[in-house]
Amino acid sequence: MNQRAAWGQTPWEVFIRPRRGLSHQHVGSVHGADAEMALANARDLYTRRGQAVSIWVVRTDAVRTTSPSEKDPFFSNTADKPYRYPGHYVALKGSDGD
Amino acid sequence: MSADGIRAAGVPDSEQRLNEHFEALLAADERIEPRDWMPEGYRRMLIRQIAQHAHSEIIGMQPEGAWLTRAPSLHRKASLLAKVQDEAGHGLYLYSAAETLGVERAELLDALHSGHQRHSATFNYPALTWADTGAIAWLTDGAAVVNQVPLCRTSYGPYARAMRRVCQEEAFHVRQGYDMLWSLCRGTPEQKEMAQEAVDRWWLPAVVLMFGPPDTAAGGTDDRTAAMGAAFTRRSMAWGIKRHTNDELRQRFVDNCVPQAERLSLTLPDPAIRWNEERGHYDFSPVDWRQFRDTLAGGSQRGRQRLAHRVAAHENGAWVRAALDAYAASQDVGRQTS
Repeated sequence: MNQRAAWGQTPWEVFIRPRRGLSHQHVGSVHGADAEMALANARDLYTRRGQAVSIWVVRTDAVRTTSPSEKDPFFSNTADKPYRYPGHYVALKGSDGD
Repeated sequence: MSADGIRAAGVPDSEQRLNEHFEALLAADERIEPRDWMPEGYRRMLIRQIAQHAHSEIIGMQPEGAWLTRAPSLHRKASLLAKVQDEAGHGLYLYSAAETLGVERAELLDALHSGHQRHSATFNYPALTWADTGAIAWLTDGAAVVNQVPLCRTSYGPYARAMRRVCQEEAFHVRQGYDMLWSLCRGTPEQKEMAQEAVDRWWLPAVVLMFGPPDTAAGGTDDRTAAMGAAFTRRSMAWGIKRHTNDELRQRFVDNCVPQAERLSLTLPDPAIRWNEERGHYDFSPVDWRQFRDTLAGGSQRGRQRLAHRVAAHENGAWVRAALDAYAASQDVGRQTS
């Protein structure tokens, strides 16, 4: 049972919708052999006091993410564009109204 | 955040640059997240601390778990069951946080089982009577809360988030333990005596072991021990992992407990406890770290039993893990051929 990639130890990321009207939020991870088991484990681990209306589980290796070292170039498109904000334009009322 | 910590694409960051960026995040009281560059020492210190914390949670299920079948009422049994289940959950939150640092839960469990990593020696003390379950919850969980509330602001994001979940649940643990002692102290003289004896047994393990070695002169210990503790604490605090010295937290715990013990009309087993008007804190006996270090050395019979019990549970569960793997593999084959 020492092989590292044992199926039963596949990690899944857990997302919980705490109340209606809110989006699912990442809360942590669980292990599970399949999605059903990951859901059951997520329920037992993260909702013991009933603080959820819905759970998502996603295999950790299925999540694609930006790398922190690409931060600058990857998000560079959003920097230095003050014209995307209302404050860049003439106020609708008064001297500093918006 | 300082812009000079961020490099243009394709230019490999020198370690010094990366470290400057890391230190700038800490200085701004920002959190370090899993894929950020971090010094190897920071990663190692975190893995060691989170793993030791996780191991303590799951080994800590044992002294109280042993009383589940002998709880005096269905209500107390349900509470204790919920508490012990929470401890398992806390272990899992923490193993989950540790896994974000590039280790696997199975490796950490192997390290616990082989003695390469340890659990808190607090749980190497026996729970001799039902009242011990109350004393453990009031004192060791109470000490855990004092330790863990500042850890909700620890510099590593996943650890801080795990701690916030843990803290929400620990409050119930402490209250139900206190409630249990409250009932015993209002029961027969024998019940009151049982509560007092349990508190006598668990006071020092909580005061000493839950907070670690003295790390300031205020600890009243010999200079050498204090200096060693202080060196570790300084490093940990510089990285924002720990937020307070062991001795500060220990003092906070004693200050919490004295009035609570008075309300229970129990005596804390330390004749040196008295209010110090000048300091605004309760005085208590200096921590005799050497006596406890012997328990820590892993030499205690009870410590070996705790570990053996854990290993046996793991080995007895091997067939379940094997069945899970076989099932998952068959599902995967099914998906590929359909």
